[in-house]
Amino acid sequence: MKIETTSGNRGLLQAEPLIFDTGHATATGVDLPEPKNTTNQFGGLARKAALDLPGLSEPETMRHFVRLSQKNYAIDLGLFPLGSCTMKHNPRLNERVARFEGFADIHPLQPMSTIQGALELMDELAHWLMELTGMPAVALSPKAGAHGEFCGMLAIKAALAARGEGEKRKRVLVPSSAHGTNPATAVAAGFIVDEVPGTEDGRVDLEAFKAKLGPDVAAVMVTNPNTCGLFERDVKKIADLIHEAGGYFYCDGANYNAIVGRVRPGDLGVDAMHINLHKTFSTPHGGGGPGAGPTVLSAALAPFAPVPHIVKRGGAREFREHTAGTQAFGRMCAFHGQMGMFTRALTYMLSHGSDGLRQVAEDAVLNANYLLARLKPHFNAPFGGPKNEHLPCMHEALLDDSSIKPKGVETIDMAKALLDEGYHPFTTYFPLVVHGAMLIEPTETEPKRELDRFADVMIALAERVNAGDVEFFKQAPILAPMRRLDDTRAARQPKLRWKRGENGADATKHAAE
Amino acid sequence: MRYLPLTDTDRQQMLGVIGAKHIDDLFVDVPKSAVLKDLVDLPRAQGEIEVHRHMQKLAEKNTPAGRTAFFLGAGAYRHHVPATVDHIIQRSEFLTAYTPYQPEIAQGTLQALYEFQSQVALLLDMEVANASMYDGSTACAEAAMMAARVTKRKKIVFSGGVHSHYVETARTACEALGLEIVALPAAIDDEAAVTKRLGADVAAVIVQSPNVFGTITDLTKIGEAARGAGALMVATFTECVAFGLIEPSGAMGADIVCGEGQSIGNALNFGGPYVGLFATKEKYVRQMPGRVAGETLDADGKRGFVLTLSTREQHIRREKATSNICTNSGLCQLAWTIHMTLLGEAGLKRLAQLNHEKAVALAEALAKVPGVEVLTKRYFNEIAIRVPGDAQRVVDALAEQGVIGGVAMSRLNPRAGMDDVLIACATEMSTDEDIAAYAKALKVVLS
Repeated sequence: MKIETTSGNRGLLQAEPLIFDTGHATATGVDLPEPKNTTNQFGGLARKAALDLPGLSEPETMRHFVRLSQKNYAIDLGLFPLGSCTMKHNPRLNERVARFEGFADIHPLQPMSTIQGALELMDELAHWLMELTGMPAVALSPKAGAHGEFCGMLAIKAALAARGEGEKRKRVLVPSSAHGTNPATAVAAGFIVDEVPGTEDGRVDLEAFKAKLGPDVAAVMVTNPNTCGLFERDVKKIADLIHEAGGYFYCDGANYNAIVGRVRPGDLGVDAMHINLHKTFSTPHGGGGPGAGPTVLSAALAPFAPVPHIVKRGGAREFREHTAGTQAFGRMCAFHGQMGMFTRALTYMLSHGSDGLRQVAEDAVLNANYLLARLKPHFNAPFGGPKNEHLPCMHEALLDDSSIKPKGVETIDMAKALLDEGYHPFTTYFPLVVHGAMLIEPTETEPKRELDRFADVMIALAERVNAGDVEFFKQAPILAPMRRLDDTRAARQPKLRWKRGENGADATKHAAE
Repeated sequence: MRYLPLTDTDRQQMLGVIGAKHIDDLFVDVPKSAVLKDLVDLPRAQGEIEVHRHMQKLAEKNTPAGRTAFFLGAGAYRHHVPATVDHIIQRSEFLTAYTPYQPEIAQGTLQALYEFQSQVALLLDMEVANASMYDGSTACAEAAMMAARVTKRKKIVFSGGVHSHYVETARTACEALGLEIVALPAAIDDEAAVTKRLGADVAAVIVQSPNVFGTITDLTKIGEAARGAGALMVATFTECVAFGLIEPSGAMGADIVCGEGQSIGNALNFGGPYVGLFATKEKYVRQMPGRVAGETLDADGKRGFVLTLSTREQHIRREKATSNICTNSGLCQLAWTIHMTLLGEAGLKRLAQLNHEKAVALAEALAKVPGVEVLTKRYFNEIAIRVPGDAQRVVDALAEQGVIGGVAMSRLNPRAGMDDVLIACATEMSTDEDIAAYAKALKVVLS
């Protein structure tokens, strides 16, 4: 039975208009002191037109955003197996610590004598990152993973320039399975991208890689563990070969969670790697940010790390904030990076310790392999090995839709059916090298019963496909807060903001006031 | 370990299902020589009590702004953030959600993004805004690169009023792409100097108002000159509260407006995370960097929101993307939207008025200190002052008196030749007592 309610609400799920439909320019939810109306010092540049920004009282604001929040899926609600994203539990101690007055209420340009604790914290975080990765230096300032990639590639560019090879070495080798940020970053750093194909077992094709090496190669960017959820067996050979060819090894650290505490990238020959603090070290994802992308650097690249640098003078620490007199390649952002993420990440590291972090990697890999083993009989696992053998994955189990597609159900349909089952789906259609990819990353913070429940659901969906119930998938989602949304319409007729008068109702309402 | 739910029994059972004997069997692809035999040489796991204590000790080695008479701005501002803001952004459904790639179960994040984009466009008086950038400085760097794409030219001219960290951030990013940066000498009140450098190779002039010295400038003629020469005018800013009362850059003809949004909804946090605001004209939207939400309909014809125009972005376009950016500043952007919703136009205007009045009081108090000269003539909440001697020494000496009196220009830009200039700011958080304490301490320090 299809139910249309008068209110537009559906049980606990409240329909919620835009603030522009409910708010008003004269309403406010903040009581501020009465101004004195001093003569202004704007030199005739006072604002001429009204802003037309709606305000809401505090209770209305609270309700608006709480109602919105209830239309979101979240880790705290259930398994969030989004491959390549490491959606793990976010400890609330981290949130508390980040809000300590001594961290949250300090200004980035305060005198050095008043921020010694902050500098010590950054040093301690750097120490953990360097020890864990076996790398001698780290640039803390990059503000996200892609920003860290940019930092690493600029360090490589600076090192090449220092060798007098800046103009000569322009080509960057990027495997076809790479995240889109890798080629985009290489281009942003002024390089040319040359794609390296993969092998049938989901790794970099070593022979093809060798063939592409030459005196114009600046670097290779390899994600390891890679985006197929596999460890690059030939990683040390890749490192040796690129070094012999005079280039550098950039490692995309997006999947570091699989090896933290067990394998050190420094031992694999890596020259630069960004670490997504919001993935491995659980600073929250926050609906798409803010992230943080500290970038560890080898001895060869360390001198080129961007400012600011922390230096010790006597018993105190201070920032070196300008490049003059250094080989630093420049500056990544206005201040020192994502301090609010540093506090959370260090809290997370201290809580786990070196023993806990190693366990993180092991449990993350175990959970993924367990799901792979349970799902392999029901879906095609392109790199999972033959029927009676388990070829291990790292922290992600990769399936594809080749076994269900002939029956009319594709990856997107599986994903939308999972919405009705109360799950956020896996990553869809990535990596691009696997057609109809379904990339599943459960992380270490899922208990076995949650994995079993998810596996049971996936298997039941596969059985439903086999039973020919295609319509169930094509109609999905039915039970989510919204039905399938029309992406094409959004892109063809972009409506990116509210404008007065475009929606009849609110225009009338304001006209009447 | 309290965050790890698997028991040893679970692990054994699961290995059994997999058909492995030992966890090491799952790491067979790792070269043997790279497998750590021992634990990394770092402390072992600790409980909440111990970790809390450790972090508390570090925090206590800092002097929080709120424990001082505080007058520091220059790119980050200490404002009141209503308690509601921090409560909402800590809700699980916002805090522990991912990028809204599955819009049917992410309408909370998406609608808030759409509201944010609308609020930013209204505040800056621009046609369209994106879903935010990392911070003001990286937004400014992206604006410079976007201008080069739009005009297919390679030179970017920065006024002497743009925050020097913004110039350096843009220089790092732009020079990597082969663009040329021309940074004019630091100038307290000469944004228009950029027009003298216009030419057939200039992609954009980048000006700031209020600038790093606090000076407000009418950008209209600069914009006209830029467009006359086939260049864009990019207007950046570090204090977005200003636009509650002063003429927004969009109304003065800016082609791209970008800057720091931290003042609304976000604490100082020692420089990050912040929220970069980025807005432009509709005709340039397909060259705009960053994520953007748009309105659409679902299968039942109901209004909903999705991430859109993704053919500009790295996950689709790879090496042809407009930027490598892959996130926005999610929670900071949400905090901005919540705070702006609480304020509304009336609240924002009052907030801006309070800021301005405190700054006027500060300027008047400091002008009375012997030897001090207020250099900024038209301002919102920030002013540059000249002190006799080295401003950095003055700032350090003030700190010993419990006054964070601003930042020495020599710290922001040692080559500016302005070693006697100090930049100070007042906000609604500054009390009359703080202002009096500053003037008194400055008198002592300078005597």
